[in-house]
Amino acid sequence: MFNIIKIVFFCLVIWVGFAAYTLVGIPLIIPAAPPVEERLTGEITMEQFVALGDRVFHGKGTCTLCHNALLRAPLLDSIGAEAEAILKDPRYKGEATTGEEYLHESLVHPSAFVVAGFGKKGTNDTVSPMADVSKGAIALSDVEMDAVTAYLQSSAGVDVTVALPSGDAPVEEEEVAEVKPAENATEALMKFECSMCHTHPLIEEGGDTGPDLTPLVTRAATMKKGMSAKQYLVEAILDPNAMIVEPDTYDEDTMPDDYADRMTVTEMNMIVDALLGKEEKKEGGE
Amino acid sequence: MMQIDSIKLHLCLGAGCSVSIKNSFGKMFSRAVLILISLFIISGISTGKSSFLADSLVSPVFASDAQPADSDGEATADGEAAAEEGPSVWAPAPPPKLEASDYPIVEGWNARISVWIVAQLHLFFAAFVLGVPIFVWVIEIVGFITKDNRYDRMAHEFIKVAMTGFSLTASFGGLLSIMLAVFYPDFMEYMVSVFGKTMLIYALLFFVESFFVYTYYYGWDSMNDGGKKKMLHLFLGLMLNISGMSLMVLSNSWAAFMMAPSGLGADGAFLGNVWAAVNGPLWNPLNLHRFIANIAYGGSLTAAYAAFKFISATTPEDRAHYDWMGYQSFFIAIVGLLPLPFAGYWLTKEIYDYSQQMGITLMGGVFAWLFIIQAVLIGAVFLSANYYIWCSLGRTNGADRYKFMIQPLGLVIIFAFLVWFTPHTLVMTSTEMSQVGGTHHSVLGPLGVMAAKNGAVNLLILSTFLSFQMFSRSNTEVVGTGFWAKNGTAIQIGLYTAGIVNILALSIWSYFIPAALRIGLSIPQVVTTLIVCVVAMIIDMLRNRGTRDIAEMKWGNMPIRSQYSLFMLAGSFTWLMGLMGYCRSGIRQHWHVYTVFRDNSTEAFTPTLPYAAGMVTLICAIFLLLILFMFWMPMLASKKKKEQPQPDSAVEAG
Repeated sequence: MFNIIKIVFFCLVIWVGFAAYTLVGIPLIIPAAPPVEERLTGEITMEQFVALGDRVFHGKGTCTLCHNALLRAPLLDSIGAEAEAILKDPRYKGEATTGEEYLHESLVHPSAFVVAGFGKKGTNDTVSPMADVSKGAIALSDVEMDAVTAYLQSSAGVDVTVALPSGDAPVEEEEVAEVKPAENATEALMKFECSMCHTHPLIEEGGDTGPDLTPLVTRAATMKKGMSAKQYLVEAILDPNAMIVEPDTYDEDTMPDDYADRMTVTEMNMIVDALLGKEEKKEGGE
Repeated sequence: MMQIDSIKLHLCLGAGCSVSIKNSFGKMFSRAVLILISLFIISGISTGKSSFLADSLVSPVFASDAQPADSDGEATADGEAAAEEGPSVWAPAPPPKLEASDYPIVEGWNARISVWIVAQLHLFFAAFVLGVPIFVWVIEIVGFITKDNRYDRMAHEFIKVAMTGFSLTASFGGLLSIMLAVFYPDFMEYMVSVFGKTMLIYALLFFVESFFVYTYYYGWDSMNDGGKKKMLHLFLGLMLNISGMSLMVLSNSWAAFMMAPSGLGADGAFLGNVWAAVNGPLWNPLNLHRFIANIAYGGSLTAAYAAFKFISATTPEDRAHYDWMGYQSFFIAIVGLLPLPFAGYWLTKEIYDYSQQMGITLMGGVFAWLFIIQAVLIGAVFLSANYYIWCSLGRTNGADRYKFMIQPLGLVIIFAFLVWFTPHTLVMTSTEMSQVGGTHHSVLGPLGVMAAKNGAVNLLILSTFLSFQMFSRSNTEVVGTGFWAKNGTAIQIGLYTAGIVNILALSIWSYFIPAALRIGLSIPQVVTTLIVCVVAMIIDMLRNRGTRDIAEMKWGNMPIRSQYSLFMLAGSFTWLMGLMGYCRSGIRQHWHVYTVFRDNSTEAFTPTLPYAAGMVTLICAIFLLLILFMFWMPMLASKKKKEQPQPDSAVEAG
């Protein structure tokens, strides 16, 4: 009997050890909640429509699974601006005649044009590994694809030519009005999409359009003469063009300058504290 | 066949009976070849059986005049027209779009957790009772051919252990079916509409398997005449395995369909061709992966059983017997373990080919970190396997010549293990991040990439194989003067050195080339490992022609702690199976049937890794209690038998 107890104890120690390693040694990644189909319930402005495209792009569309800094697929930061040029590329084999049509076509017929080096293995860049996003697991609706197209045009800085959805597909006014304030720095960083451009320990998968925010914990105090670390960071968030870090690498006007209107003071303080490494106790348990 | 074994061991078993135990590397190799050939036969016959099933499934399952499918799997116009005639005629229908309210709530029960626990327990037992009869049958054949009664006795004991497992497997299978019907009625309705015919065959196969299980087990002694009756018994064993494998491939088709559905129209409606639904892109990779894994798992559990009996043994004879049994089981588990990654690669490749999104979710998304845990678990398996082999040197008489190798081998294995599970990115606070100087540590960061890991895992396999070779020759000495007897070891040292240098050089080189090329370098590294193992084994066979046994193998001369490495092996396997089950099922994300039938229940979310780890631990704990019960049952039967007077004929001759 004593042997049985020893064996049971031994096995339990092994298994609890494995579980503990999983809990402590592995970063906690919370899988995205099952996507909800975007429903429009009222009149919609272009700004809201682009925001909807942004949500679909980073959420249900799962675009960033591949179109990210790891370059599983090409980055789409400027695709809205490049779409017209692609139509003239001799390798283009689609039927679009405008940039907008091409962007929509690339969602449902990704092989119409494959960026060099990103085709399926052995196809000489003639077949895209990307799936038709209107079908399968992603299954975007027409409105959602239009919203993504609008978002891609907007994020590339070109005029949005996509027509707004008709009256029978109204806006989700209630949902737009119900934007909740972030409860911690991680949420705030996600809410204001800092992860799209920046990397930071609190950001699961960051972009590289903007500088890495990690070193700010030690460098913020010396970034601008006469400013404390906190003063500098507040300015950098509210007036991002006041000083461009590494102007050769990062462009002006890339970072939104309307955070003063969109961000609460609490949210801004949470972000600043996080960048200065003062959020450890709160974030440590996450 | 070459007679290359030269170790003879005498072992007292039971009431003064003596059994001669032969052991040598050559013998092991011959046995391994025999095992592989036999496994090939079983899988081949099972595939043939599957093809027969396929023929019967090609015809539409529903009214034949209603909905034939054309060669492309599309519903024909006739079928559609017929579908409009009336409700009695079947027509393809897409899966329903469910709401959360469509999922019944049973007070006090959490549907997903309940199904998770019961399904995993069912799979644990199923893997065991499907794996054990395979190698029991093979061992019985080995005993029949070699006329060595020890194998027959061991095979009988293995199947005895598995007998309780059959009823537990069936019980959990029944419970799972009922739970699915209660908690997920719409899903089950859809699955039945697609697989109804195979489900009926599945249920009928239970009777077939039961018939062969009982005749095989209860007919063991009465058919053990070494002649025609024994051959009939072997035929029963073969049929037991074929029926078991058929059950497995049928149920695999349902799981594979849920991951990569086939035989459906664009809207997810079943087109009527059951074979098209069964023969999906993941079906055969899953069949092969589970077939091999079942053998490895069965071996590890019987090794744990033998270890348990070894620890509990009160006589030297029993210790010797269970030590030998534990070693054979351990050998089976390792033989099953080594090809498993290759079957896993095939399955993963097919997942990627089917859906790149699913593939990236698996390896580059939410589940990517799971593979670090998998590396830790497999590392634990390797560590325990090596430890067991090193302890096994105590059984031999010439081990002192090789003991100096244990320490360096241990260091290499631990180092390789540490490299293998070093993550590329680390979990750090902002302060730690600034102290480290970024998201990647300057020293540990480079060890986290595949360049280092490929080298580490190949060194791990090579070191394990070297440990095994060390053990296999530790009871022999060179007496011949042939070329291989004199130079075999030196050539092997050169071979290992060249192999290790090549693996390390490729690893270092891969730091300096693009990722796409780097991935390709893993192939020559694996090929190097395989070449070293195969060539070293052949050299050992040639060398053994000029060797002889130093003395008899001292079975039973193992420290108690060595047996805990067998528990470690079985425990790691079990937990790993549970974790990978979560992974396989989880990559469907919020779909009952991927991209076709959405899960809209309140628990459609993908659980986090720690949550899954907790669940797996809980399930393993329940499984442990049940497995102890399973091990206890044959002991209870043996105890009863011992209390009764034994007729002379029952005493086994040595």
